[in-house]
Amino acid sequence: MIAILNYRAGNLTSVKRALDHEDIPCRITDDAHILAESRGIIFPGVGAAGSAMNNLRETGLDKTLNDLISRGKPMLGICLGCQIILDESMENSASTLSILEGSCLRFDDELLDEHHDPINIPHMGWNSVKLVQECELFLDVPQEAEFYFVHSYYPVPRQDLIIGLTRYGRDFCSVFGRPGLWAMQFHPEKSGRPGLKILNNFYRYCRTI
Amino acid sequence: MLSKRIIPCLDVRDGKLTKGIKFKGNVEIGDPVETARLYYEQGADEIVFYDITASAEARGIMLQVVEKVAETIFIPFSVGGGISSLEDMRAALLAGAEKVSVNSAAIINPEIISQGAEAFGSQCIVVGMDVLRVEKSTHCPSGYEMVIHGGRKRMNIDALWWAREVERLGAGEICLNSIDADGTRDGYEINLTRLIAQNVRIPVIASGGAGNPEHMTRAVTEGRASAALIASIVHYGEYTIPGIKDHMHQAGVKVRRTW
Repeated sequence: MIAILNYRAGNLTSVKRALDHEDIPCRITDDAHILAESRGIIFPGVGAAGSAMNNLRETGLDKTLNDLISRGKPMLGICLGCQIILDESMENSASTLSILEGSCLRFDDELLDEHHDPINIPHMGWNSVKLVQECELFLDVPQEAEFYFVHSYYPVPRQDLIIGLTRYGRDFCSVFGRPGLWAMQFHPEKSGRPGLKILNNFYRYCRTI
Repeated sequence: MLSKRIIPCLDVRDGKLTKGIKFKGNVEIGDPVETARLYYEQGADEIVFYDITASAEARGIMLQVVEKVAETIFIPFSVGGGISSLEDMRAALLAGAEKVSVNSAAIINPEIISQGAEAFGSQCIVVGMDVLRVEKSTHCPSGYEMVIHGGRKRMNIDALWWAREVERLGAGEICLNSIDADGTRDGYEINLTRLIAQNVRIPVIASGGAGNPEHMTRAVTEGRASAALIASIVHYGEYTIPGIKDHMHQAGVKVRRTW
């Protein structure tokens, strides 16, 4: 069973619907025991970093997560869930979970698009990911595949953690982590077949642990 | 680089498509869920459902449609038509829509934009704008005026002013429909599209007037739109989404071609 972390920030059902569609057993939960029993955790995310961190601290889930990850529980962070596992976020000047080293910055208003017009913020829509490191989550995902993004802040993890880059006015890190602990800025649950493939690859990894 | 989006729009009344959709082999489909699945498989980047249901009791049917769609397709989709309160927004988002679109309700009560953005996030809130070309005047210095009720009621509000206002209020996206171009199949109104897209920082979806793939290319290049809304040209099988995307790709536009 995959645990979808419920930290009362945003809509968690789209991840659940995608896993259900792929016949991946899952539960939406904030229960430390169920999280511990799961084969892996998906940390979804819609919302703002500050309020999400407040919820995690109030419920003690911040410590639970840190503890489970240090004991090798696989985890996949999505969107805000990817940003919040770093040390800090410019959004609400929040200090975040510090599971991986790095921070989160806002897209610069001065960045330009292909017409040399200022970019739209948020970065919303389909964009590609260029892998700079091999990643088993992308096994059998076509190189030209695109993914659905919607965000105004982007992760800046420690250099050696960077797995994939995306271009939007500048190159930013869209996938990072290490085996068993991955984070992606885009929404695999809203990215069609390539996104569902990534969720399947995560589940397959979890089953081998 | 961000791809330009192609977004089919489906009109739904009482849980059924208002017009049958013809696919290759002349299969006609009136089921919005099945049609959404077909467009999803053909590479639509997003889907818009426009609920033109008149009665309140039929709204529940629309929510059931939204729930089924959310279990069937794994790309973003939005729901518009008849959304006039935070409760309407919440119901559509909980049923699985990624975004909700407000149109007349936003003009009548602009606070719904800021309240929706505050409650659900700007990325959820699309403001639909129906715009009529008019003589430039002190009331409408841009030469474009906001209208509601499908163009039947002029609001004496300048479209450019309104676009900036909805951005300020927290809208995440604008769906910009030209009443003059709508239904003509002569192409999107490029001047209007460009005027709005270059004066706000949120994405603009061009709507109204699509007749061929060249029109979509122009909307996202000269018009600076982030996306193009299409309806009849794909519904009647004249063009397919992959065909449109191939054409745009050959014209140098970045579109998503692997799915």
